[in-house]
Amino acid sequence: MDFALNEQQEMMQTLARDFLGSEYPDKVLREMVDDEKGYTPEFWRKMSEMNLMGLSIPEEYGGVGDFLDLTVVLEEMGRVGFLSPFFSTVVLGASAIIEAGSDEQKQKYLPGISGGKLIFTLALTEPSARYTADAVTAKAALQESDYVINGIKLFVPDAHVSDYVICVARTDEAVNPQDGITLFIVDTNTPGVRCKLLKTIAGDKQCEVTFDNVRISGKDVLGEVDKGWSCVEKIMAKAAVARCAEMVGGAQQVLNMTLEYAKDRVAFGHPIGAFQSIQHRCADMLIDVDGSRFVTYQAAWRINEGLPAAREVAIAKAWVSRALQRVVNSSHQIHGTIGFTEDHILHLYTKRARSHELSFGDADYHLERLVSQSL
Amino acid sequence: MNFAFTPEEAAFRKEVAEFLEKEAPPEYRESRVTFFDMSSHEDWIETHRKIAEKLGERGWISMHWPREYGGQDASPFYRLILREELSRYHSPGYDSIGAGIVAPALLLKGNEEQKKQHLPGIAQGKVMWCETLSEPGHGSDLASIEVFAREEANCFVVNGQKTWTTNAHFADWNALIVRTDREVTPKYRGLTFFLLDMKTPGITVNPVINMAGHHEFNEVFFDDVRIPKENMVGGLNKGWYLVMSLLDYERTTDTVYAVASTYIEDLAEYARENNLLNPLMRNRLAQLTADCEVARMLHYRVTWMQGKGIVPNHESAMSKMYSFELLQRVSEFGMQLLGQYSQLAEGSARVPMYGRIPSCYLRSFGYSLEQGTSEIDRDVIAQRGLDLPRLR
Repeated sequence: MDFALNEQQEMMQTLARDFLGSEYPDKVLREMVDDEKGYTPEFWRKMSEMNLMGLSIPEEYGGVGDFLDLTVVLEEMGRVGFLSPFFSTVVLGASAIIEAGSDEQKQKYLPGISGGKLIFTLALTEPSARYTADAVTAKAALQESDYVINGIKLFVPDAHVSDYVICVARTDEAVNPQDGITLFIVDTNTPGVRCKLLKTIAGDKQCEVTFDNVRISGKDVLGEVDKGWSCVEKIMAKAAVARCAEMVGGAQQVLNMTLEYAKDRVAFGHPIGAFQSIQHRCADMLIDVDGSRFVTYQAAWRINEGLPAAREVAIAKAWVSRALQRVVNSSHQIHGTIGFTEDHILHLYTKRARSHELSFGDADYHLERLVSQSL
Repeated sequence: MNFAFTPEEAAFRKEVAEFLEKEAPPEYRESRVTFFDMSSHEDWIETHRKIAEKLGERGWISMHWPREYGGQDASPFYRLILREELSRYHSPGYDSIGAGIVAPALLLKGNEEQKKQHLPGIAQGKVMWCETLSEPGHGSDLASIEVFAREEANCFVVNGQKTWTTNAHFADWNALIVRTDREVTPKYRGLTFFLLDMKTPGITVNPVINMAGHHEFNEVFFDDVRIPKENMVGGLNKGWYLVMSLLDYERTTDTVYAVASTYIEDLAEYARENNLLNPLMRNRLAQLTADCEVARMLHYRVTWMQGKGIVPNHESAMSKMYSFELLQRVSEFGMQLLGQYSQLAEGSARVPMYGRIPSCYLRSFGYSLEQGTSEIDRDVIAQRGLDLPRLR
């Protein structure tokens, strides 16, 4: 049992913290929330110079480090409320290709991703907004050696800036909804792909992607035909834990700003942080932050080691999602009215907490997964 | 970062499990009594002592102590594994006070004679301890205690009343904090820590029955009780510091999450057998399972720190408070799940689960009070862990 980061992880942490601390102040976050793309190519290039997009990609494809290193960096990104297609590209896109791609596909896409040249995302959910297999209704019909995709994908992150979308579509109306699902690598310039940026409360970039008779070569099937769901499950597990890492960073940052305020703000002749009513909220916040961190890293460690992780992933996403809500709620109460304004940065963390809870299964979704494993 | 036990630790767990498979008292296992409700069994004290001695014979109580004091220099995760398995087998036998609190405090602050005198008895499971801190007028505000020890030539003479003393009715020895200076301010600078043989003349122990009907704690009266000077630990008027580190140990000794975990499993099984698993109950059960995992992690973190030689402080308050409050939520959930049946007491016709659920529930009111209240724990976390300013 070891709760400490190793040397490599500590190095990644310092590197990411220093970089984001100097290059991504609140001012930049505010700009990116309002920016249609949500990032700048200039910033992407700087990240690429640090080989951040190579995290967890095998070295032979220009990558570096493992899933735990990626987790450490995502926690730092969560601290500053980082917006960019990093998560979509590395956690969703690269993971899917590593998991299911042929050698040829890996060779074709992974060096581009790790080199910062390609942006990817995953189109999974639809207007039903559910993460279960039966919710996949977009159809891909075989026509000679091509597939023709029709359907609507909703809440697709960063699709508006992506070069490729990995589309999860139904290729067979099987009795078991988990069968008959296939993954496709779709170039977003293919005729019939239409992307509409949604307007979210958190300012994170999510899209509606319409596939209207989109013709895809059979060579662009990712993994086995009809057997794609197990790959989706693996991506979902990684994505849920990776999202937890961002939430841990966000929760830590919110706690830090709350403590700073509580020590600084004077009322009734004392800093408000001296009052038990404030202290006890802060104590609970620390349990939420540390508890979140430990269950997240436990799940990340299991994934990284290739151990069964379904239970730990469900616990992490369920628990961290709720814990972060508690942390931001307490922070608002302690900050008082200043935290209720747009002038203060807190509201951006609060809004992001909502969007993060919803992604890759909310607390109730994961609680049901957890209980169905043990009952 | 690593969240696995070593192969040696896993082997130890197996060895303990094999032992308990044979030795854990069957009636305790059958009724699936939790650690905190065991005193409801009539033969608890004898059974507790009997198993303690067997654990002691195997050297398991002291594995994580230094070799020179009868330990094996093992990681504190061995202690944790022993406690987890005892919980899983619903077995008594671990003296939370002697092995859990007094021994580490002696290892930290005791002199050579005290270590030599007291550690072997604890390691062998032959000497049971109680600790006496609270008084009728002073609980959370421990620095204000009044029971006074008057200094004489070779001893200190104690007079007054203590209360909430767990296990005083059968303990052999007592770890006691009393006032030795009434004038000094701040008040905590006038406290001294003693080890007291419970056979010393002048001690009267009266039972105090808690609302679950259990006899765990007692009030203890001291009438000219003479404690030899060599039984002082940590120095005259320096008892406060020792008690603070003692409480840090106390907050880490019980693997409360392991108790919660067996409890949750039992409730899940009951729910399944009785078709009570509607979506609401499923959701609550899952939430408690996730909470239990967090409690486990918070406890493992503290144990890991201890193994690294880092003294946990607010971290143990976090672990203890969260685990105990979780156990309260589990108890409350048990009552909800059982519905009408939750009001049936042990021994009643038609009582489910041996009447254990209401018993646990009633006992659970103490969980946010014992070993320092949840309020004191949150103070510790906020002031020592988060560096928030103090009003007092």
